[in-house]
Amino acid sequence: MSHAPHRDYAGAKLGMWLFLFTEMLLFGGLFILYAVYLHRYPGEFAAAGHRLDLVLGTANTVILLTSSLLAAMAVTAVQRGEGRIAVLALGGAVLCAGGFLAIKYAEWSVKFSHGIYPGSPSLVAGPPGESVFFGLYYLTTGLHGLHVLIGGVLLAVVALRVKGGRIHAGDHIWLENGALYWHLVDLVWIFIFPLYYLML
Amino acid sequence: MTSDSATRRPVGYGTLVAVWAALLLLTAATVFVTRLDLGGYKVAAALAIASLKGGLVIAFFMHMRYEGWLLRGLLFLALATLALFIGITFFDVLYR
Repeated sequence: MSHAPHRDYAGAKLGMWLFLFTEMLLFGGLFILYAVYLHRYPGEFAAAGHRLDLVLGTANTVILLTSSLLAAMAVTAVQRGEGRIAVLALGGAVLCAGGFLAIKYAEWSVKFSHGIYPGSPSLVAGPPGESVFFGLYYLTTGLHGLHVLIGGVLLAVVALRVKGGRIHAGDHIWLENGALYWHLVDLVWIFIFPLYYLML
Repeated sequence: MTSDSATRRPVGYGTLVAVWAALLLLTAATVFVTRLDLGGYKVAAALAIASLKGGLVIAFFMHMRYEGWLLRGLLFLALATLALFIGITFFDVLYR
């Protein structure tokens, strides 16, 4: 006696979306903190914000938008039975994740070498608004960077499963949910970018 | 539920690439606009463009445009909750 494996595609996707809503509220909370402290220390936030590297921030925006396109194309490719294209697209997205983290690492390293890190002597001695800004900057981009790392690993696992034939047109919830997670990572950065790099 | 993705028609590559191009254009626009001296409108412009970009990602890349009423309704509920948090927080902060 053989049973068809139980599949609930709509339920699996609903569960993923519910998780993504909690993620939106998590980062939303950090954005509210940012907004309240911007209201309290407008001058110090502007001065500190101008010390972030706009070129690197813009490069990372372009990288994440492109990786999101690749993840979305991978879903289409698997639905059309074009597994090879899906693996290539996912590989590209994982490379983008690596590139994003490399740039973030370089950005943080330069800040660290200038003595800007949570609890550093120069921040402690400086105005309170400045240390609040950089505290929120490290917390928000650090938490986002952790999501990039997790999303990159997830997409790599999904790519291997597509290659191995375990994800295909008839059963690709892993791919679709993995791509949804990756798009959320992109979505969060779409708001981090103007808040920290642009509008101050 | 009519939104069974396993049988749904895939979103075309052309549509996805067009959305990506729009996202890049909006990124260029937001960098350009925030270099200008707009005062308080700078924040409004940056957030409006970010919301537009976010909407494009959710609608096309995350397939929300093609989903049924349940996911759309839940998304609305989540965003409304966030908006309520922001609204109530600022009602407190601004009029304290």
